[in-house]
Amino acid sequence: MPDLISSLYVFVLAGFIGFEVIRRISPLLHTPLMSLTNALDAIAVVGAIILAGERQSTLATVLGTLAVVAATSNLVGGFLITDRMLKMFKSSRPKKP
Amino acid sequence: MSPSNGHTIEIVYLISTVLFVLALKWMSTPATARHGVWAGELGMLLAVCGTLLHHGIVDYRWIAIGLVLGTIIGVPLGRVQMTAVPQRTALSHAFGALCVTLVGTAEFYLRAPNVPPFMMAVLAMEVILGGLTLTGSLMAAGKLQEILPQRPLTYKGQNFVNLALLAVAAGLAVYLVMHPEQKLLFPAMLGISLAFGVLMIVPIGGADMPTVISLLNSYAGLSAAAMGFVLDSKLLIVAGALDGSSGFILSVIMSKAMNRSFTNVLFGAFGQVQTSGPAAAEGKTVRGATPEEAANILAAANKVVVVPGYGMAVAQAQHKVRELYDALTKRGVDVKFGIHPVAGRMPGHMNVLLAEADIPYDKLLDMDEINPEFPQTDVTLVIGANDVTNPAARNDASSPIHGMPILDVDKGRTVMVIKRGMSPGFAGIDNPLYYLDKTLMLFGDAKSFVGEIVRELGHGHAHG
Repeated sequence: MPDLISSLYVFVLAGFIGFEVIRRISPLLHTPLMSLTNALDAIAVVGAIILAGERQSTLATVLGTLAVVAATSNLVGGFLITDRMLKMFKSSRPKKP
Repeated sequence: MSPSNGHTIEIVYLISTVLFVLALKWMSTPATARHGVWAGELGMLLAVCGTLLHHGIVDYRWIAIGLVLGTIIGVPLGRVQMTAVPQRTALSHAFGALCVTLVGTAEFYLRAPNVPPFMMAVLAMEVILGGLTLTGSLMAAGKLQEILPQRPLTYKGQNFVNLALLAVAAGLAVYLVMHPEQKLLFPAMLGISLAFGVLMIVPIGGADMPTVISLLNSYAGLSAAAMGFVLDSKLLIVAGALDGSSGFILSVIMSKAMNRSFTNVLFGAFGQVQTSGPAAAEGKTVRGATPEEAANILAAANKVVVVPGYGMAVAQAQHKVRELYDALTKRGVDVKFGIHPVAGRMPGHMNVLLAEADIPYDKLLDMDEINPEFPQTDVTLVIGANDVTNPAARNDASSPIHGMPILDVDKGRTVMVIKRGMSPGFAGIDNPLYYLDKTLMLFGDAKSFVGEIVRELGHGHAHG
């Protein structure tokens, strides 16, 4: 039985951090923000990897493998497109040498 | 495997968690945003490598196949056109939710019938949220890609049906918490949440997409956090909570920008609020102008504010807009862009398109920054935006969009509106802006009309 209370602590505190950090993000970057959080969300891949590798039951292995595919595509695609978008944002002020 | 190995993995996860928070912190300004991506990538790499050391893993074949297939699917999804970013984002919400739902389902069947009540409650939340996000996001992506009709489909009692479905799913979840041995109820609960996801998006129209995408983002995050509870993974709980609060904040910003109440958003019951009033266009006249006239007025201005909307994205006009920006800037005209939070189909959509066209980001101003500047603006040029410029939102209490914050384009000295025809906007609301004495209507396709203005400006330049 996992320690649910300490998990709740982590969840609530992380929610607060998220709120305070994300509130400060300029509306300019809301689209890359969404694709970045999507990519970070793909951390669910860790759960999927364990499921796919533990060989507990055929069902678990099949579902786990599919879950690894889904999460990895988000991970790879999410970071790629976020970086592509951010590369496009340029300032009109002259760059520092 | 020694316990110290378990500790090593936990330390690696802790470092990943810190990197994820830093990633979001660095996203706050364009100057550091790319560091954020690198921090996220490093955190992810560490977490995946750490996980591969997990003592329970006995078979690496399926993991490898999954990672390779996922990469093959992910690379093209990272290379889509910038105009396709809204549907790509919706699709990635769906993939995230799919992963969570699959893992939740597997965990249930591995543990049933011995599932403690709290665990079952979190599992049910994971699968219900995951399921409705999965199908809801696929529907949203379909609408954005225009595979599905963009216009909202509504019927009588729709909200009742949707809420009833959700209530049944919640009821099944409660029953499963008490009787986790009733394994057959689990697929029923999952099926209902999948159906709810479809029905939730059916009444949503294109203009509501920014709110809906943000909301689905939040649901995807919350379902991942629930998965973290099930697997006792603090890393997953933190990532899910960050994603959840990000989506939550964005949906609040979007719903405020559309003057929708937050309960309205939470229950997904938008889309049908705005019933079209009778178009009161009769007897009013509009003034048209040619590209040449428009170019002359723009060339004589000191300060121009461009207001882009979804119409600019549809017409793929952003590169022509960039040429216009260059032509005017070269003549010493101060050109800025005023961007409404819900312009386009997702939060920040216009900024990405204009950045893609190489327009410097410090010229892109949000609503609160640009509104005080309109009274000193010589020309406001509206390209493919409608409801977000409608003065009725400010001064006509009978208007369905009354109270919605708008860009005060009508306060500029001259207003020019590029529009295909006189049809009302998405919400079917007439826009009094078009009948003002100072407004010139530029009828035509946004891309070709802006192109013609640029050509005229070039001629003027050649003649001195």
